[in-house]
Amino acid sequence: MLYLQILLNGLLLGGLYALIAVGFSLVWGVLNVINILHGTFIVLGSYIAYFAHLYFGIHPFASVIISGSVLFCLGYVIQAGIINRVVAAPVLMTLTLTFGLDLLLNNAMLIAFTADYRKLILTDSLGSYDLWGLILPLNRVAGVGLAALLTFGLYRLLRDSNIGRAIVAVRMDREAATLMGVRVNRINAVTFALGALMAGAAGSIFSIIYPISPINSGLFLGKAFVICILGGLGSVPGAMIGGIALGVIESYGALFFGPEHSTTLAFVILIALLIFRPTGIMGRKGYE
Amino acid sequence: MKKIAIFVAIVALLALPYFGNNYIVRLATVMMMYSVLALSWNFIGGMAGYPSFATAAFFGIGAYVGAILQANGIFFGAAWFAAGLIALIFAAIMGRAILHLRGHYFAIASLVMVEVLREVVNTNDQITGGGMGMNIPILKISVEASGMLFYYSMFVVALLTLATASWVYHSKLGFGFRCIQQNEAAANMLGVDSTKYKTIAFSLSAVFVGMAGAIYASWVNYIEPPDVFDIFLTIKPVVMVLLGGMGTVFGPIIGAVAFLALEEIVWRNFLTIHSAVLGLLIVLLVLFLPKGALFFDYRQFFRGRKK
Amino acid sequence: MKLSRVSRQFGGLRAVDDVNLEIEPGEIVGLIGPNGAGKTTLINVITGVHPANSGEIELDGQRITKMKPHEVANIGCSRTFQIVQPFPNMTVLENVSAGALFAAGAKNIRESREQAMEHLEFVGLADEAEKSATALPLAGRKRLELAKSLAMKPRLLMLDEVNAGLNSTEIDGALKLIQAISDRGITLILIEHLMKVVMSMSSRIVVLHHGKLIANGTPAEVIEDQSVIEAYLGRRFAEKMAKEKNGQMT
Repeated sequence: MLYLQILLNGLLLGGLYALIAVGFSLVWGVLNVINILHGTFIVLGSYIAYFAHLYFGIHPFASVIISGSVLFCLGYVIQAGIINRVVAAPVLMTLTLTFGLDLLLNNAMLIAFTADYRKLILTDSLGSYDLWGLILPLNRVAGVGLAALLTFGLYRLLRDSNIGRAIVAVRMDREAATLMGVRVNRINAVTFALGALMAGAAGSIFSIIYPISPINSGLFLGKAFVICILGGLGSVPGAMIGGIALGVIESYGALFFGPEHSTTLAFVILIALLIFRPTGIMGRKGYE
Repeated sequence: MKKIAIFVAIVALLALPYFGNNYIVRLATVMMMYSVLALSWNFIGGMAGYPSFATAAFFGIGAYVGAILQANGIFFGAAWFAAGLIALIFAAIMGRAILHLRGHYFAIASLVMVEVLREVVNTNDQITGGGMGMNIPILKISVEASGMLFYYSMFVVALLTLATASWVYHSKLGFGFRCIQQNEAAANMLGVDSTKYKTIAFSLSAVFVGMAGAIYASWVNYIEPPDVFDIFLTIKPVVMVLLGGMGTVFGPIIGAVAFLALEEIVWRNFLTIHSAVLGLLIVLLVLFLPKGALFFDYRQFFRGRKK
Repeated sequence: MKLSRVSRQFGGLRAVDDVNLEIEPGEIVGLIGPNGAGKTTLINVITGVHPANSGEIELDGQRITKMKPHEVANIGCSRTFQIVQPFPNMTVLENVSAGALFAAGAKNIRESREQAMEHLEFVGLADEAEKSATALPLAGRKRLELAKSLAMKPRLLMLDEVNAGLNSTEIDGALKLIQAISDRGITLILIEHLMKVVMSMSSRIVVLHHGKLIANGTPAEVIEDQSVIEAYLGRRFAEKMAKEKNGQMT
C-alpha cells in the first residue's frame, strides 16, 4: 500500500513537473535558447495568483488566466525586444543573456516581495479523499488535472493551429521556414511568450502547493533541466513523460534515500543520462 | 613595449602591500583571484569554445580539499598544491565523460556538476561539516602578515595561470584549441585529437581555480557549501572574459580588473540591487559588446610595436 | 588501400552495403553514382567519421577500420569536403598550417607555416596567404581545401566534388592541379558529378548505387556497363537503349 501511495504521489508530482518543463522545452527546442528565466517566471506566476487571491479573492485556478496573460506579454516583449537580437549567436551568449535577465527580474522581485516565504491558504480547501486506503489530496488532484488540461491545450495548439504549425516549422528547419514566408522573429517571440505563459500558469497552480519566494526559482529551473534531458527536447509528450518520470523517481528516491537527497538523485540521473544517453529516454535526436 | 608594460605591472603589484592599506590589499587579492578564474575559464570557454559552467565546481573542490587537508595538519602550501591537483584530476575524469556533449548539453552538464558537488558536500557532514561549514586553522601570524601572505600567494597563482595561458596560446596546444573552437569536425579531419585537446583545456580550466579556491578557504578561515559552490563563481569569469575579449591572453585579466571595479562601485552604492546591476551589465554586454574589446583594442596596441 | 565487405547502416538504411574495393598506390580512382548513392558516406566510413558497422578497411596493410578521424588523418589519409569548411577566423596560411602541424608532424608552428606556404604556392594561393579564409571566393576556398589536405602529406587523398560550383576556366585550373597532385605519387579518389572530368582523369572508375558497388573498371568498360546505365537512367530507358543497340547490330 505504501508503495502504491508513493506511486500516486509521484504521478501527481509528475503531472505538475510536466507543466514546469513543457514551456521550457518548447523554447529550448524551437529557439535553441536555454531560458534561465523560466524558474523566475514560475515564481512570478505564483505571486500574481497570491495577490489576486489576497486582494480580489480570485481562486488560483482561475487566476491562471491572469498570470498566463501577464507572462505571455512579458515573454513576448523580452523575446522581441532583447533575445531576438542575439538568438542566432553561440550558446554561450544566449545562455549568459538569459542568466543576466534572470538576475534582473529575480532581484526586482526580491525587492518588491522580499525573500520571505508566503503561503496562499485556501478558505474553501477541498480536503482529501480516501480511495480504498489511498489518500488523494483533492486540491492537488485538481491542480494536476488543470495542468494536464493546459499541457494538452498547448499540444493541440502546436498541432492544429496555423501559428502552431509555423512554430513546428521553425523548429524543424529555420531557414526553410524563412523561405516559406514564416516571419521567424515573430514566431520566436510567440514561442517564447507561450513558454512564459505555461510558466505563469504553472506558478498559479503551484501557489496552493508550494510556499512562494523568489529564491525558489532555481529549484524550478533545475527540475526543468532534468525533465528535458529525461524526456528529450522540444516535444510536449517528451516533457510529459520526463515530468512524470522525474516525479516518480523523486518520490521513491525520497523513500529510499531520504527526502533531502531527492534533488541530488535527480541531478545524478541527469548527469548519467547526459553521459550515456544524451538524446533522452525517448531516444529522440536532441537539437544540438 | 609589451615586456616593459608587464614588467612595470609586476613590480607595481609586488610593491603594493607596502603602500596600500588593508582594504587595498584585500581588494588586490580578490583581483588576483578573479584573474585566475577568468584566465582559467578562457582555456575551455574562450580558446576551445566550450561553454563550461563548472568553474564553481573546481573552486569548491579546491576550497574543501585545502580545508580538509589543513584541518588534518597538512602544511598550508602543500594543501593548496594538492587542492589544485585534485581539481585537475577531477576535471580530467569528468571532462572525458561530458566533453562529447555539445552546446547546451555540455553547458548544463557542467552546471549540474556544481549542484551535485554542493549537495555531496552538504550531506557528507562527517568530513566536510555539511551545511554547518568548516573552519580552517588560522595561521599564527599578524593580520598584516597574513594579508600579505594571501595576497602574494594569489599573485603567484595568477602569474602561473597567465604564464600558462601565454604559453598555450602560442603553442601547438592553443592552435588546436582554436581549431576545435572554429570547427571541430574539420579539426578532427586535420588530425587534431579533439577528445585529448578538450580534456586538456578542461583540466587547465580547473587546476589553478582549485588552488585559488584553497587559498581563498585559508584566507577567509571559514567555508560553507553555498559560499564556495556559488553559481556566481561560475558566471563571473564568463562575464569577465566577455568584457576583456574571448580567446586572448590578456583579455581575461583586463576583464577581471574592469569587473572588480564595477563590482566594488555597485557593492558600495547599491547593495540591495547588486545582482540586478550585474544582470544589467550582462545584458548590455551580450547585446552591445559581444566581441569584448573593452575601451580600446589593446591587442592592436601591443601588436603595433612588434611588427 | 583495401576495403573488404564494408557496410554502414543508419537506422534501417544501408548507406554503404557490402563494398569490396582495392586501390593501388598512385592510382586515380573515380567514384561516381547517382545522388544519395553513398559516395560521401563511403568517404566518411574510410575516414572514421561514421565508422563501418562491419567489414575491414586497410591502408598499406594497416587496419584502419576502427580508427578515429584524427588517427586516420595522422597515417596519411586525408579528404576535402564537398562543402568547404575553412576555419573562419583564421588566415589562409593558418588554415593550411593546421594541417601541417597536426597531421604531417611539423615540429613547431613556425615550421608548419613554412610548409603551409609551399603548399599555398603549389595551389596558387600564395598571394592570399594573410587574408581571412572567409574572404576567398568559392574557387579560392576549394584551392584552400586542397592546400590543407596536401599539407597533411597524405598517401591517399579523397576529393569530394572539388569542381562543384566552379566555372569551366576554374575547372581547367583545378584539373591541372589534380594531375599535378597525382604526379607527386599521391593516390587519389575523385568523387565527381561531371562525367567528362572523371572519364578523362581516372585510370579506373567505381560506381556506387544504393550503397552497393555495381561496377568497377576502366572508364570505357564502365560506360558500357548495363547496370550503370540502369542506375543512372532508369531501367526502362536502359532497356530501350539496349534494344536499339541490338537492333543496330542485327
